[in-house]
Amino acid sequence: MAKHFFGDTTVLLGRSLRHITRSPDTIITTAIMPVALMLMFVYVFGGAISTGSGTPYVNYMLPGILLITVASGIAYTAYRLFMDLQGGIFERFQSMPTARSSVLWAHVLTSLVANLVSLVVVMLVALLMGFRSAAGVPAWLAVAGILTLFTLALTWIAVIPGLTAKTMEGASAFSYPLIFLPFLSSAFVPTGTMPGPLRVFAENQPVTSIVNAVRALFAGQPVGDDIWVALAWCAGILVVAYGFAMRVYRRRIT
Amino acid sequence: MTNQQGPAIQVNGLEKSYKELRVLRGVSFEVARGSIFALLGSNGAGKTTAVKILSTLLKADAGTARVNGFDVAAQAADVRESISLTGQFAAVDEILSGRENLVLVARLRHLKDPGGIADDLLRRFSLTEAGGRRVATYSGGMRRRLDIAMSLIGEPPVIFLDEPTTGLDPQARIEVWQAVKDLAAGGATVLLTTQYLDEAEQLADRIAILHEGRIIVNGTLAELKRLLPPAKVEYVEKQPSLEDVFLSLVGTKA
Ligand SMILES: Nc1ncnc2c1ncn2[C@@H]1O[C@H](COP(=O)(O)OP(=O)(O)OP(=O)(O)O)[C@@H](O)[C@H]1O
Ligand SMILES: [Mg+2]
Repeated sequence: MAKHFFGDTTVLLGRSLRHITRSPDTIITTAIMPVALMLMFVYVFGGAISTGSGTPYVNYMLPGILLITVASGIAYTAYRLFMDLQGGIFERFQSMPTARSSVLWAHVLTSLVANLVSLVVVMLVALLMGFRSAAGVPAWLAVAGILTLFTLALTWIAVIPGLTAKTMEGASAFSYPLIFLPFLSSAFVPTGTMPGPLRVFAENQPVTSIVNAVRALFAGQPVGDDIWVALAWCAGILVVAYGFAMRVYRRRIT
Repeated sequence: MTNQQGPAIQVNGLEKSYKELRVLRGVSFEVARGSIFALLGSNGAGKTTAVKILSTLLKADAGTARVNGFDVAAQAADVRESISLTGQFAAVDEILSGRENLVLVARLRHLKDPGGIADDLLRRFSLTEAGGRRVATYSGGMRRRLDIAMSLIGEPPVIFLDEPTTGLDPQARIEVWQAVKDLAAGGATVLLTTQYLDEAEQLADRIAILHEGRIIVNGTLAELKRLLPPAKVEYVEKQPSLEDVFLSLVGTKA
C-alpha cells in the first residue's frame, strides 16, 4: 500500500490546490488580519512603542506578524479537512485502494503551500510599508526554513480539530489562542516592560525565540542561541502534534 | 483480483453495536458471483452499517465477512481493490467539475487514460453537457448519477450501492436500474440496499430483509411471495399507475 503513497498524495494535493485556486479568498482573508494588525501597530501604536533597537518599527514587528499569518491560515486547513469528512468524499477515498494516509498528507502539503503564499503577500505589504532587510541569501533561507517548520508544526495541530470537530466553528476555533500567543511574547514590545509572571511566560514560550531568531536574521545580526531554541520548539511541537494527529486519524479510519 | 472461487460475498454472524444500541445481532448471508442482491430494511435497520463493514469503513464487533474471497478485517487492502462503494449520501467534490471528479477517481485507482474514462462515463450517464461545470451547480439527480459513475471506474468485481435511487426522478431511476442490470450482465456482483420494494422486485436475483439486527428472510422474489398465502384471483380493471402516467407525459421509453 505504500507503493502508491507518493502518486496518490500528488493527485490529492492537485485536488486541494484546485480548491484553493478556485476560492483564492481564503488566501486573501488569511492575509487581511495580519496586514490590518501591521497597519495598526505601525501607524497607530508604533510611534508610542519604544523598542530600544533604533530600527523602524515595521522591521521590529514583522516576524510576529508572520507567525500570526500562519496561525490564522491553518484554521482553513482544519476547515478543509472537516468539510471532506462531512461531505462523504473522505469515506469514498477510504473505500478505494488509495494509500491510507495520502488524504491527510495532501491536506498538510496544501496548508504549507497556502500559508507560504499568504506569507509572501504579507511580506510584500511590509516592503511597501518600508520594511528593509540586511539579510543575505543564507539568512533568508534560514527564515524560510524556520517558517516552513513552524507552519508544518501548526498544521499538524490543525489536523486534530479537523478530524474531531463536530461543527465547522469548532474546527477553526482552536486557532484563536494560537493567534493570540504572539501578543504575549517579544513580537510587539520588548519583554522587559512586562510584569513578573507574564514576563517569565513571555520569555519562555516558543513564539519569543522564533521571533527573536527571525528578527536577528532579517537584521543581519548574529542569532545566538535563539535559533536553536526556536528550532527545538518547532521540531518538538511538530513531533508531538504529528504523533497525536496520526493516532486520531487511525482511530477515525478503522 | 479474480483468483477467488466461491461466493462474492460471505457474511457470517456479523455483530455491531454503537454503545448500547445493538444494530447488527448476527447477520449472515451469501451473494453469488454475478448476481444482484437486495438488502431491504426500514429506517435504522442497519443497512448502511452492514455496507460500511463490508466496504472496510467500519470494524465489526464479532463475526466474519469475506468479499471477493478476502477477509474485510485482515485483508482490507485486497477488499478495497475488489469493491466500489456508492454511499447513501453523494460523495462528490463540489468544487471540482463533474469531469474532474471522474478523472480524480480514475487517477486514484491508478488507471491509464483517466480523461478517456471520464468522457465515456459522462456519456453513459447523460452528463456530457454538464461535465465541465462545477458540481455545486448540479441538481440532486445529476449529483447522484455522477456519484454512481465515479463508483464504476475501474470495473471492480463487487459493487455496493446504498440506496442508489433515493431522491431520483422516475426517469433517472430507470437509468440507474439499467446501469445496475448492465453491471450484473457484465459479470459484476451487486449488493444494493433499498427501501423501495419495487426496486428490489425489478432488480434483485435475491432479496433479504434485515429486521431487528437479523436477516429474517432471504430468497428469490418467487420464494418470498410463496411465504404469503396463495394469491386470490380477482378481476380488476387495470388502471395506469401514477408512474405510468408520469413516464408517458415526460416521454421515456420505459
Ligand atoms: N456512528 C453512529 N453512532 C451511533 N449510532 C449510529 C451511528 N451510525 C448509525 N447509528 C445508529 O444505528 C442504527 C442503524 O443505522 P444505519 O444507518 O445502519 O441504518 P439504515 O438501515 O441504513 O437506515 P436508513 O434507511 O435510514 O438509511 C440507527 O439507529 C442509527 O441511529
Ligand atoms: Mg442507510
